[in-house]
Amino acid sequence: MLLKIALKNLLGARLRTFLNVLVTAFSFYLILFTSAMYDGMLQHAKQVTMDTEIAGGAYWHPEYDPLDPMTFEEAHSVPPSAIQALIDENKAFPVLVSQASIYPGGRIMPTIMKGIPPNQRIVNMPTDALLGHEDIAIPVLIGKGMASESKLEVGDAFTIRWLDTDLTYDADEGTVVHIMDTENFKLDMGHIWIPLNKVQSMLAMEGEATYVTYGKGVQPVQDKGDWIPRDINYLVQDMEAIIEADKPGAQILYLILLAMAAMGIFNAQVLSIFRRGREIGTLMAIGMTRPRVVGLFTLEGGLNAVLSAAVTLIVFGPILWYFGAYGIPLPIDYSEMGLIIAKRLIPVYTIGLVVSTTILVSIIVLIVSYIPSRRIAKMKPTDALRGKVMA
Amino acid sequence: MKLIILIISFSLLFAQENEMSVKDIIKAMDKNLNAKSRVLTSKMVVHGRRSSRTIESKNWVVGIDQAFTEYLSPPREAGTKMLKINDKLWTYSPQADRVIQISGHMLRQSVMGSDMSYNDMMEDRPLEEMYDAKLMGSAELNGRDHWVMVLEAKIKGLAYHKRKAWIDKEYLLPIKEELYAKSGKLLKTSTMTDVKKIQGRWFPSRFNFKDELKRNSKGTEWVIDDIQFDIHIPKSRFSKALLRK
Repeated sequence: MLLKIALKNLLGARLRTFLNVLVTAFSFYLILFTSAMYDGMLQHAKQVTMDTEIAGGAYWHPEYDPLDPMTFEEAHSVPPSAIQALIDENKAFPVLVSQASIYPGGRIMPTIMKGIPPNQRIVNMPTDALLGHEDIAIPVLIGKGMASESKLEVGDAFTIRWLDTDLTYDADEGTVVHIMDTENFKLDMGHIWIPLNKVQSMLAMEGEATYVTYGKGVQPVQDKGDWIPRDINYLVQDMEAIIEADKPGAQILYLILLAMAAMGIFNAQVLSIFRRGREIGTLMAIGMTRPRVVGLFTLEGGLNAVLSAAVTLIVFGPILWYFGAYGIPLPIDYSEMGLIIAKRLIPVYTIGLVVSTTILVSIIVLIVSYIPSRRIAKMKPTDALRGKVMA
Repeated sequence: MKLIILIISFSLLFAQENEMSVKDIIKAMDKNLNAKSRVLTSKMVVHGRRSSRTIESKNWVVGIDQAFTEYLSPPREAGTKMLKINDKLWTYSPQADRVIQISGHMLRQSVMGSDMSYNDMMEDRPLEEMYDAKLMGSAELNGRDHWVMVLEAKIKGLAYHKRKAWIDKEYLLPIKEELYAKSGKLLKTSTMTDVKKIQGRWFPSRFNFKDELKRNSKGTEWVIDDIQFDIHIPKSRFSKALLRK
């Protein structure tokens, strides 16, 4: 009965209802879209990092901190036997890390030199490009970003200077054998990749490694010595932190939109109570209790949320689907800013996201519908019939 | 007969001089370059591609393990201090009001964008302890007679595996040095000029360090304005507390 009256009243309001529903639906859509975009970014970053860098996880030398190049000097040793066994079974591969300076075009550039087995198949990196260059003193693989920063091209030679295990300077000529196009800036910016055995001999660290990356599905080893296991969640936490830090900006935007929609509904409710005094009085006079009248007006407001959800589905649904299927092309390369962001961003809509957004929007709409309706409870039917509304 | 004796005596004398000379030269060089302590005021002129910067500093050095440096100018660097104790170095920056410890790799990094590393500035262990020297012959450089000597590292942990030095026969100083990587690649050259007699020893007033791997580098000049050897420096000079004062 109440629902029927509420629906009739709502549809009767025409333009006012249409505007309220449209603004709420737009807020609904925007919250859904931005949240899905952040989820998409995170999932993409995780996927790219897993695919190109961390695979199933890694074991780090206890001194290794990738954010502190000063630790590289001490962060190397022969991996513990159980980890070495994984390497021997081709379930893992070792990487040796060191600081170095390169002189492309005679300019000095500090860099991180990493030794990687060229025949590894665990991460998606074109390391096989380092194979078959016996005529080259040091074959080097670099990323597109590094190539652009150092102005190096395939075939270019440049001097690499490093310090060996005894901290004695050594230098030789490196030649770029391949430039990789990777979305993972951590493999690209400031990095040069060289065959592992070459780096081990350059640094006089035979058989040593800084970290060992293992493949997906490889069981954790027990005898890992003092090496530290790092799982996927640990290795993507910096990425999560960057995205989390960016979220408040978007949240403010959709809070403003939601506030606009809420204000529209609130305003409509206040107006209804002033303008529909006689109607309230009549309803009370024919026996409708005050709580039921309050319920009717709250329901009218609350139905806005239902209509908004329907409008979002009908009007914005195809747009959301299109972005979800084809993604949004990004005009700039974010890797230079230190972010793993796809060149085409694909939002990810989860059931949890849709349900939580619907509940959030509905609760806000119900609250702003209920607050003005409370006044009805204080009204006398005689005053209401005369069109007199208590302030 | 007399002539034969004279020739044999001379050849023996020269043979002995040649055999001794390598050690003597190195010792004499070490004697000129090293001291128990020294206090000096110097300027470092860093030549960039477009402009040059001059950084003035005062240094207190005791032996090979303790050194304290305070930068006097330009205003941006003034107040920056460095303390070296053994193989550790602490730097204090007044802008950040922080003391940062530098060790290992970092000691091989460039000082304030110059072609000199912290190690180049601070490494003053006697050459005799670090390198095996071999006399290659003599050569004329800037109209003066020099011995040409090749020094190869005899201990681990030295920045340069090999050095080639042109040693002035009168001053007994390595007027020109080429510093090589383990692979034999030339990394840096250093030269000394304006040699003066200070407190009974020959000492250069001007050094030039050049990173040979950089193209078009004019190098870095290090000009000694004032230097005093073997003077008493209180122990408190080498305390970390002094960095912030």
